[in-house]
This record gives sequence, structure tokens and C-alpha cells, in this order.
Amino acid sequence: MRYAWTEEQSLLRATLERLFAERFNFADRTRTTAQALSTEAWRSLAELGVLGLPFASEYGGSEGEAIDVVIVMEALGWGLVATPYLSTVVLGGGLLRHGADQDLKARTIPQIISGAAQIAFAFAEQESRFNPANVALSASQEGGHFKLNGRKAVVYGAPEAQHLFVSARTDGARMEREGVSLFIVPADAPGLEMRAYLTADRHSAADIAFHDVAVPSEAMIGPQGRALGLIERVLDEAVVAACAEAVGAIGALNARCVQHCRTREAFGQPLAKFQALRHRLVDMRVAYEQASAITLKAAQSLDGPSKQRSRMASACKTQVCQDSAFIAKAAVQLHGAIGMTDELDVGHYFRRVMLLQHLFGGADFHLRRFLDLSR
Amino acid sequence: MDIETLNLAADEIEFRDKVRAFYQENLTPELRRAAQLTTWTFAEFEYGRQWQKILYAHGWGAPHWPVEYGGAGFTPRQRLIWELETARAHPPEIMRMGRDYAAPCIMHFGTDEQKRFFLPKIIAGDDWWAQGYSEPGAGSDLGALRLSAVPDGDDYVLNGSKIWTTFAQYANRIFMLTRTATMEKKQLGITFLLVDMDSPGIEVRPIINIAGEHEFNEIFFTDVRVPKARRLGEEHQGWAVARYLLLFEHGAGLARSAAELKRRAAWVREIASIESDGFGASLLDDPDFSRKLGLLEIGVEAADFAADQLILAATSGSAPGYEAELLNVRSRELDQSLTELAMEAIGYYAAPDQRDARYVDPKANVIGPAHVLMPTPIFLAQRGATIAGGTPDIHRNNLARHLLD
Repeated sequence: MRYAWTEEQSLLRATLERLFAERFNFADRTRTTAQALSTEAWRSLAELGVLGLPFASEYGGSEGEAIDVVIVMEALGWGLVATPYLSTVVLGGGLLRHGADQDLKARTIPQIISGAAQIAFAFAEQESRFNPANVALSASQEGGHFKLNGRKAVVYGAPEAQHLFVSARTDGARMEREGVSLFIVPADAPGLEMRAYLTADRHSAADIAFHDVAVPSEAMIGPQGRALGLIERVLDEAVVAACAEAVGAIGALNARCVQHCRTREAFGQPLAKFQALRHRLVDMRVAYEQASAITLKAAQSLDGPSKQRSRMASACKTQVCQDSAFIAKAAVQLHGAIGMTDELDVGHYFRRVMLLQHLFGGADFHLRRFLDLSR
Repeated sequence: MDIETLNLAADEIEFRDKVRAFYQENLTPELRRAAQLTTWTFAEFEYGRQWQKILYAHGWGAPHWPVEYGGAGFTPRQRLIWELETARAHPPEIMRMGRDYAAPCIMHFGTDEQKRFFLPKIIAGDDWWAQGYSEPGAGSDLGALRLSAVPDGDDYVLNGSKIWTTFAQYANRIFMLTRTATMEKKQLGITFLLVDMDSPGIEVRPIINIAGEHEFNEIFFTDVRVPKARRLGEEHQGWAVARYLLLFEHGAGLARSAAELKRRAAWVREIASIESDGFGASLLDDPDFSRKLGLLEIGVEAADFAADQLILAATSGSAPGYEAELLNVRSRELDQSLTELAMEAIGYYAAPDQRDARYVDPKANVIGPAHVLMPTPIFLAQRGATIAGGTPDIHRNNLARHLLD
């Protein structure tokens, strides 16, 4: 069963698909660098007003629903467009919307909407794996300031960000839920050392070391030592957004596979005539529909009660990880050696989909979380 | 296979120790690193080349060749010991198309002059061969190949292209299948040629693979003249040479892939033992992860034992049968699952593009801890394990014919 899009939602989808197909298609990748293309796409999204979708109108936003973010992420996935939308609007925007005070919102959200500011959320550490409570980076209070010491790993969007949200331990032992606080830190703060790099799927990220990075007490978001609830809420939203991107990507892969199997001939007939491949293509379509459905369902649960929200987000990630990995691997396989090259977009979709598996936790992690929350 | 299960006699122990000492002395840190950085089939070329030179200097350039061409004259048992010790030492894998594929065909089908000319250069590590089989319109369906070779005086004139030629950028020669006639059965009318890569009219275009590496190439042939004296076997009968070669490709692959699978499984376990589960314990304590790893390790044990049986049968003189193909399909799929699990094990550190840190002489430091360097590129490159040499669908069709028809 298809979700019935509103007229505005249909228009948004069509607009984004056209924009990405015309201006940010795979061939455009060869004309410029990954960063330059990402910057250009970002500017276009700002001009369309897409960056303001989830925000309140008092800050210049358009009061959209969770589904609107799903539409944007799906289109980004379908078009294979690398932008900081997930880090800036979903993660950064989410932490601001649900956690920041009036003043910080008024200062920061308009910057996001205009495309002037990017945000990254530094939560993972080398030892933390997918557990957001596993925070070793410390924030010690000294007078009116906190000093941050420690490291964060693979922070997407950090190299271009002006503001970093950082989870830090103000109290308690590592892995305790209590004692985790959240800070907003300027990306150019003294003592902050960034090693920037591109990821295998052409996004930008960084490992960040904090050496006595001093932030004022006002930089703390939410109550001291009790930020985990906020972080989990925003990570749930990010999980659904990442799944939506994967759904877009596997939709595009399926379309390419069908096209390829209809045209490529072997042993005197199109690949699409071989029964083994026909069945596989049908299985790929089934997997896509399943992933798409659970993502929409999870999106509708995002603004509901927290237990149901988290349970559905985890259900979504578990299912989408499996379906998207199946499709991505089958897509490379069906294309044969050409699917293994840098020249065809199939391999690029493959890398993006396979790396989305890990983002915010893989299938095992989320299945366990789903089971825990189902009790 | 564990060497302990062989019940070595005193002279065999002496032989094993000699081989072990050879590897100990000659595998420099650079050569070991080259082996560890290998994502797909061959190590960084320069180190494979160096290694072949070292092997040759010790009389072990091609131990499995007949003695008259420079082979080591190992007994079947010694050959097995050699293979097992080689797997244990993990030297860089050389670009083996000359030594392991072209050479046996030249020995079997070649003229005396061809043997005299080519074989010494291969074993010495002076000549490096590419394999010109696939074409843009002929992959798993190799018989559909179209690159034309038209007789003209003492030459053939070649026009067309070959693709997915691994490491052709380093090759000075290429053995290739060409179309000399169009007959009703498409496997007829194919001729096997031995071609110099510096022939006028040959152009090599690099193809970067999914792991960011220059493994593949496309080679364009425009009016390339090849002397008829460079034909291997009869005109139009090249398919017979290709089939003969395939036996060697599968036979050699069997021992190697069993050893590689065992190493891969041990590698995944090592990575998991270093990684944290995020909740204060090792990733190996994560029941879901360790269950997946355990099932794959059991699969590897079974594949290894099955390979042993086939290797032992082969050393007593029989060609590998369809059981080898069965095992091959299973082994490749096992390997892909293992590499995927390795990538899963390193979590967020699967993401950074670390191409520059993956040279023997690296251009950048590793991002994150040292063990996160290889899982992603190996996972990506190993997608080819079920593409090169025929897809599992092709092999399943072959096997179904064996089992059902």
C-alpha cells in the first residue's frame, strides 16, 4: 500500500528529483570535487527552502512533518547527492529544536535555513560502538566554564561545520546513562584539533581531539548530566532519515538493475530472460517495498510516545539494513564487473548503502533494542 | 589442512624446516606488508616482482613446473608441504597469469621455439603476462568474444578490445583469445595468441575499481600485427587451450582459496577481539556477532577439509572434477561473508577512505586504530570474487547439468 502524499509533498518530491537529475547527476561528479558539489547542492536546497522544512515558523521554518524529511532524504538517496542535510538539519536541527533555549534557536536556526551555517554532531568514540551512553570525553567545570578533553570518531560533516554539538561526560562512570551532557562548541575553538577526510562514499567527516577546549556554561544544552534522552530522541530521528536515504538509493539501484537486465545480453538473450535472475529481481522489489513501508511507518511514530518512537526507529533500521544490503549486493552482482568500477554509479550507491548500515547502529544493535523495547 | 595431520617423516620435517627458514630469511617487512595490503588477487606489483626474483634465485621460481623448465622436482608430498608453508608464511601474491596460467599452456601446446623463448623469462620474473579473455560483450558468456584476428601474410591483424585485464598496466605480454572465424558453434573459430604489449596499435585505458584501486584495464587493439608464429595451438582451436588453462586456474585456486579462507577467518576473529562491543566488553562477547562469526568459521573448516580431499586426489594424478566447482562457489561466498563481517566489526571506522595509507610506502597515516585499515577495501574488492571466473549463476547452471541431466 502506498502512502498518500499531500499535494505539497508530491510537489516537493518532484522538485527535488528534477533538481538532482538536472544539476547533480552522476556525470557532474567528474567536473568538480566532492566538496564543491556538496556546497553547490547545499546552496540549491537553501534556495528551495528545503533546509527550513522541520523548523518552527517563528525562526523562518515551514513547520513540516517528519514525513517531509523522509521525502528529502529519499530524494538525496535516489540522486546519490552528498550533502550535510543529515548532520546539519536532522541531527543539528533536531538537537536545537528539542533541546535548545529560545535564544540559541533564534541565533542558529535562521543560519541553517539560509544555508549560512552547517552543524555536526560528535557523539561516537572509538570504544563506544553504537552505544550513545558510552561517553568518555570529559567536561570538567572550572568557574563559569567547562573544559572538554577527549576524542570523537568519524564525525560526519565536521570539516565544513561552524558549530559542533558534542556529547561529554560531566559526571558518572563511562557507559552510565546519568552524567552525559551536551555542549555546542564553535568548530574553530582553541584546543580543538580536527583530522578531516573523505569517506568511501564521498561524504566528508573528521576525527576530533579536544585538548582543554573551554566553553562557557551557557554552551550546555539541556540539564547537566541528563542529555541522553534528548540525544536518543534525535538519533531516532536520524535513524529514520538514514533509512529514508537508503530507501531512495535502493530504489535507484532496482531501476538500474531492471534496465540493465533488459538490455544486457548473454548466451543469446537478455539477462531478464533467465529465471534465476527474474526471481532475484522480484525479490529485490519486494525488499524495496518492505524497506519503504517500514520507513514511513517509523517516520509517523517519531512525534509519538518515546518508547514507541524508539521501538519503531529500531524496527526500521533492522529491516532497512537487511533489505538494503541485499539489494546493494545483488545490484553489483547483476551488473558484473562494470558494477565493480568507479565509472558506473552502481558501485557508488553500493558504498553509500553499505556504510549507511553502520550509521547510528547496525541491524544487530537495533534488533536487540527493538526486542528490549517490545517487552 | 594442518601440516601436523600429515605425519611427516624425518626427511619431510627437514624439508619443511628448509622451506620455513627460507621464508623466515627472505620475507622482509616490506614484502610482508605488501601481502597484508592486498585487497583483491595480487600484491602491489613491484613487491610481487621482487618476490618472484627471490624465489627464482633460490630455484623455487616455479616449483610446480617440470624440472626441464626449471621446476623444483618436488614429490607430491613435498608440493603439499610447500603449499602449506607458503600459506603459513603469507608472501606477497605475484601477478600469476604468466607463471601459473600461460606457462602450462605453452608447455602443453607450444612449439619448441615458443617454449625456449617464453618460459625462461616467466620463471625469472622478467616477463609479466596479462590475460586477454573478457570483452565488453563477452563476460561470463566468453564464447561470445569478437576481437577479430584476420590472417594477412605471416601475421594476424587484430582489431577490437579486451576488458577487465587485471594489472595489464604492468604486463609486457598478453595471452588472448581472438575470433578468426564465425562458425555455427561459437566456441569454434577462436584462436589463442601470445602478444607483445608494446606492439604498435595497443592502447591501455585504466579502470579504477570500487575500492579505488587501479586493478582493471580496457585494452584497445587497432590493426595490431601479430606474427603467426605467436599462435598457441591450431588456428580456430583456441577454445581447447582455454579449457586446458581453466583446469590449472581452478586447480591452483583450490589450495590457495582454502588457505586464504582460513587466514581470513582468523583475521576477522582478531579484529573482533580488538574491537569493543560498546558496552564495556569485547565484540567477541557480543552473542549476535560471535554467532555469525562462529557459523562462518565452521563453514571454513568444512571447506578446508573438502579442499584437502580434492588436493590429495589431484596430487595422485586426476584432474579436479565438478566437486571443485561446487567447493569454489561455496568458498567465494564464504569469503565475501567474512569480509562483510570484518567491515561490520570496525563500526564507524569502516567509513574513512584510506587509500593513501594502503601503499607499502604509505602516503598518509591510518585514520583510527591500525586494524581498521583493510576491512572496507577488502570487502569492496571481494565483490569481484563472485564475478571474475564466472558468476555463481553460471557455475550453478554447470553443476545442475551434472546433477540433473
